[in-house]
Amino acid sequence: MQRYTGNVFVVIHLLASILLLHETIKHKMVVLNVGNWLHAYGIVLGVDLFSAGMILLSSFLAMLAWFYSATWLGGKSINSIFNTVFFTLLLGLTGSFMAADLFNLYVWFEVMLVSSFVLLTLGGKKLQLEGAIKYVAINVFASTIFLAGVGIIYGLTGTINMAMAGLVIESIGNHTLVNVAGAFFLVAFGIKAAIFPLFFWLPASYHTAPIGYSSLLMAMMTKVGVYTLIRFFTLIIPASNTPFKLIFMILAGFTMVVGVLGAAAQTDFRRILSFHIVSQIGYMLMGLAIGTPLAIAGAMFFILHNVLVKTNLFFVAGLIGKNTGTYNLQKLGGIFARLPVLALLFAISAFSLTGVPPLTGFWGKFILAKAGFLSSDWIIVTVSLVVSLFTLFSMTKIWNYVFWKPLPIGEKLPANNFADLFSKNKSMLVIIFLLSAVILLVSFVPNPLIEFTERAARFVVERDEYIGFIINRK
Amino acid sequence: MSILTGLLYAAGLYLMLHKGMVKMIIGIMMLGYASNLFLFIIAKLVRGIPALVSPSTYIMVGEYADPVPQALVLTAIVIGFGIQAFAIVLLRQVYRRTGTADMDQLNRTDKLD
Repeated sequence: MQRYTGNVFVVIHLLASILLLHETIKHKMVVLNVGNWLHAYGIVLGVDLFSAGMILLSSFLAMLAWFYSATWLGGKSINSIFNTVFFTLLLGLTGSFMAADLFNLYVWFEVMLVSSFVLLTLGGKKLQLEGAIKYVAINVFASTIFLAGVGIIYGLTGTINMAMAGLVIESIGNHTLVNVAGAFFLVAFGIKAAIFPLFFWLPASYHTAPIGYSSLLMAMMTKVGVYTLIRFFTLIIPASNTPFKLIFMILAGFTMVVGVLGAAAQTDFRRILSFHIVSQIGYMLMGLAIGTPLAIAGAMFFILHNVLVKTNLFFVAGLIGKNTGTYNLQKLGGIFARLPVLALLFAISAFSLTGVPPLTGFWGKFILAKAGFLSSDWIIVTVSLVVSLFTLFSMTKIWNYVFWKPLPIGEKLPANNFADLFSKNKSMLVIIFLLSAVILLVSFVPNPLIEFTERAARFVVERDEYIGFIINRK
Repeated sequence: MSILTGLLYAAGLYLMLHKGMVKMIIGIMMLGYASNLFLFIIAKLVRGIPALVSPSTYIMVGEYADPVPQALVLTAIVIGFGIQAFAIVLLRQVYRRTGTADMDQLNRTDKLD
């Protein structure tokens, strides 16, 4: 019963998001003043193109993750809590993208966090709990910092509304205090986004949970961090003329390099992918660091690309792991010889992740590199291009070990032939096919999306319109 | 009050860096309380001037107790309470499954296979 209700509601959520995006494109921004309080103090929900896009992306991913988990659960309802928590997570995600005041954002973050705690610990394996305690500790710490940051912003500006705070902060002469507030948010959102010195919780915990449970979490949680970073450092404290620009530049470079080097050392399918999340966050941060509308557009496109591709890689990894019982590269093998279709599905995503033209990663990196060259940030562009090579290296590693090399003696294949695999994992395979098709579609027809991200980025960077929409509403 | 908040932050951070899990949880709690207090005192603390508006003027004049941080703190306390409850249960489960409360022992998820 819960499953069927869930099936209906993920679809409804998707339709609602499409409708919301349609409305947003028409009016540029949709604002709801909840409870009709004064906008400086009350709860305001504001959706611009960026938010609407993110909401649509997360609800699409939620639908895929939901149906993917159907096979994982195998019709059993042992974990009926999963159904509830999955939707609470979706609620938290949607709310975070909508919130237009800082405290409301904090509340949505907590909703999201608590559900992610439960999703990570579902099943209660030993390793999972070990990973979870690190995840919980660091994320609760981040929330504390976030809350203190909200306090500083309120003390400085007398409002918690992001648009209002952005207006008032301009007139504050004390730049040190403003930068302190910014630093608090940088740390808080940086932990959620897993940027360079703050990312260690991610590779320690993400790979422990069963992929069937945690795919939505893996796809979207760090992106919420990136979204809030972009939102905060364009709207409240525009990063372009502050020390934060340089800080972001350095952090972006290190995040990329450390992530990809970490991945190169790993021998577990899921750990390699987890480290790649970190590395890819660096690219999004690079967009924010460069800060021109084109660069932000690049970051947005990169979020889209990363969510689709990374989730697909996790889906494939989950399918292989579920049927063989291992994610260890040493123990897997021979898939290309027996299941070439599965190997092809992996290859599409892997090539896309490394940025082979004309797949999605190429477009994302192309926009970012172009923006970097235009604003003559040579170093970061060079770093990003070198990191791409290393990404290719570790994807080749997975390819060689899991798909190319012969099956080690005594280990088993996911299935003996494709028909067999399909009959056992129908919904999983259908989802992987669907997602691969979407990736190919985005790869070959990127223009509408690039135009969309450029529009959204202009709206985000030239913040006056956003502020106008929030404040002029009674 | 400010000094107390600072002390709570310091103690919370110190305990959080401790390798014992129980101390870590207490550290997290203290940090939470410190942030709540911080939020509370960020607006000027005044005594006996509630933020009530008289029907004739509609506007608060002069000094008054700012209701916004109070509302925020109330919400934050409730959220913090839920998180702490979860953290404690998680800690208990971890202890039960791994048989150790020493964070230095819980490093298998970081090791290479």
